[in-house]
Amino acid sequence: MSSETIALTPHAVATPSLAERLHGWVTTVDHKRIGIMYIGFALIFLVIGGIEAVIMRMQLALPNNDFVSPQVFNRMFTMHGTTMIFFVAMPVLFGFGNYTVPLLIGARDMAFPRLNAFSFWLTVFGALLLYFSFVGGFGLYGAGNAPDVGWFAYAPLTSKVFSPGHSSDFWSLGLLVSGFGSIGTAVNLITTIACMRCPGMTLGKMPLFAWMNLVMGAMVISAISPLTAAQIMICLDRYTGAHFFDTQAGGSAVLWMHFFWIFGHPEVYVLIIPSFGFLSEIVPVFSRKPMFGYPVMVAATVSIGFISFTVWAHHMFTVGMSTYGNTFFVISTSIIAVPTGIKIFNWLGTMWGGKIQFRVPMLFCIAFLFQFLIAGLTGIMLGSAPFNWQLSGSYFVVAHFHYVIVGGILFATFGGFYYWFPKMTGKMLSETLGKWHFWLFFIGFHLTFDFMHIPGLLGMPRRVYTYEAGRGWETWNQIVSVGALFQGVAILIFVFNMAWSYWKGKDAGNDPWDAWTLEWTTTSPPPEYNFATIPTVYSRRPLWDVKHPEDPDWKYE
Amino acid sequence: MSSTTLTPPPIETPWILPSRGRVGMFCLIAAETAIFTIFVVAYVYYIGKSISGPTPREVLEIPIFNTICLLSSSLTIHLAISALRKGNRGAFTGLWALTIALGAIFLIGTGREWHHLIYEKGLTIQTNLFGTTYYSLVGLHAFHVTVGLFGLSLVLAFALLGWLQQEHAYRVDVLSLYWHFVDVVWIVVFTVVYLLGR
Repeated sequence: MSSETIALTPHAVATPSLAERLHGWVTTVDHKRIGIMYIGFALIFLVIGGIEAVIMRMQLALPNNDFVSPQVFNRMFTMHGTTMIFFVAMPVLFGFGNYTVPLLIGARDMAFPRLNAFSFWLTVFGALLLYFSFVGGFGLYGAGNAPDVGWFAYAPLTSKVFSPGHSSDFWSLGLLVSGFGSIGTAVNLITTIACMRCPGMTLGKMPLFAWMNLVMGAMVISAISPLTAAQIMICLDRYTGAHFFDTQAGGSAVLWMHFFWIFGHPEVYVLIIPSFGFLSEIVPVFSRKPMFGYPVMVAATVSIGFISFTVWAHHMFTVGMSTYGNTFFVISTSIIAVPTGIKIFNWLGTMWGGKIQFRVPMLFCIAFLFQFLIAGLTGIMLGSAPFNWQLSGSYFVVAHFHYVIVGGILFATFGGFYYWFPKMTGKMLSETLGKWHFWLFFIGFHLTFDFMHIPGLLGMPRRVYTYEAGRGWETWNQIVSVGALFQGVAILIFVFNMAWSYWKGKDAGNDPWDAWTLEWTTTSPPPEYNFATIPTVYSRRPLWDVKHPEDPDWKYE
Repeated sequence: MSSTTLTPPPIETPWILPSRGRVGMFCLIAAETAIFTIFVVAYVYYIGKSISGPTPREVLEIPIFNTICLLSSSLTIHLAISALRKGNRGAFTGLWALTIALGAIFLIGTGREWHHLIYEKGLTIQTNLFGTTYYSLVGLHAFHVTVGLFGLSLVLAFALLGWLQQEHAYRVDVLSLYWHFVDVVWIVVFTVVYLLGR
């Protein structure tokens, strides 16, 4: 042995300069840093998409308003929809998946760390391409700028005749590029879950959030790819003069609708399934009970994954499909409510008889249960063809899907933020500010989206830039717009809470919630290698076994 | 209640999970399959819907030689990897080069077919729906062949430089999955374009 002495106190490491730290983030392949970048990126675009929504609500608050021109209004709803789906909802969920899945399954990183970084940067550049349209879509020459074809861009609006300039090209290329990023992340998540689980973690012992991410990954692969193919077709039409969606040459505009919605409907489930995952982690911990009906939950998730690929044409009842087509899609749409209902009962069963702690993550999850139920009920209404013929293209539809996306996905994601923020930063989010955030957002959400159903039932079409006075829509629209303000204030409180708690918040410790999954065994924030020794698990709640060696879970599973 | 620690049941040993390379490649293949499915659906949907000529029957000839070349390259790549597993690097390099040659012949064949269609039959992507769907579907496949050839050539370069060892057989095998996929897609494209559509 050498007699060299080892200094026990390491040399003081110079604090890295800003450029070095930035370089560290840009070149990182660590799943935790990429996860945080995904989430930060999504939050920035949440604010941008939110501003677009507020502009629309200001325009619609009063009849015959001229706050923005019809052209600007078209751009706002197109950019709002595209941004919120592709650059807020997907990245935020990918961010949480990236951050927590390796920790939940006891792995040190994702299966392909460099692919992970590559996928993230593709998403970022996709978003930059889309937003570059404001200057690059001939905006500098005053010939229109951002895309204005709506988020589902029905043909022939995207043809050269109706979309001169480059605005639609930026829409199409932005989604193409970020789509490749999504497929990369999905490949990565599936491979990580299939190949990197720690010893003892069979599929039947895997945390439900990992299960949901597995199903989500499989759905991204089969849903985003058709969109990618359809975007390639649009590019061929626009750049090379092909005729895929050109009715003048015998092409079909309805084919685009099918291609878009074969992506578009599974996409909703791509977003909601990880949200189910948040609930399945948070509700048991704050009810102090193990998840009720774990195998049924897994089975329900997998069946939702399959059934969601058979319902897409319920977006197209008014196109004029055959009776058989309509009947098929009405039935499949109703069937998908069954596994979804099973899930709601499972969460209720978990809460039933539990010692419920009304902490902020739990509040968001409880609100989710009620709101998602209502969203599902209006979904069944819209899923029956005769009702749909009356209300397709009205504000009732807008209210319905915002109930799903805001009342369901966003509420669950906020729950996830409050639950895992201590793990990510080592600091607790302020409970008081969190409750202000919750209640203001809750009130704002209900003011906006409960009352948005009514002008829809009264016949107000979606995507109109203004309306005449005297149709009975004014009061409802004013309430809806006031609700948007409440939501805006709540989001500001949330952002302030994150910043304040990051610097001034209470220290979280390893396990602030007395939870049961593996991420709480390591430090907050976890070291780069996650676990000093790879854990071995014997049940679905490995930490319960550690905390209660006299009564471990594996005795009962 | 006694505080005795119970002994957990033994876990399955050794703990073996599927290999990352194969799972990742199968996921990629699933995504590619979905992309091709949409293009095939568009092709089938537009069969006979062109409102002007030329029609497939007038201009397309069945590329039998090309098809034989591409499909037999699946066999040669399989034999190449079997040789590498046995440590026979010479046979591997030869069979691998033959695979690349067969793929290249296929691409040249597609190029000649397109040249014939464009300059002698006057069919471009703008001519009619048949042109649109034909060039995009066959072109998408040819693009995948090109990407595959690029990957295969990289491995050939490693082999010629002597960097490729027996223990790399597993990684090369993952790449070969992609090549088999490209061949299987050709069977579908061939059936749809040259048999059903003609």
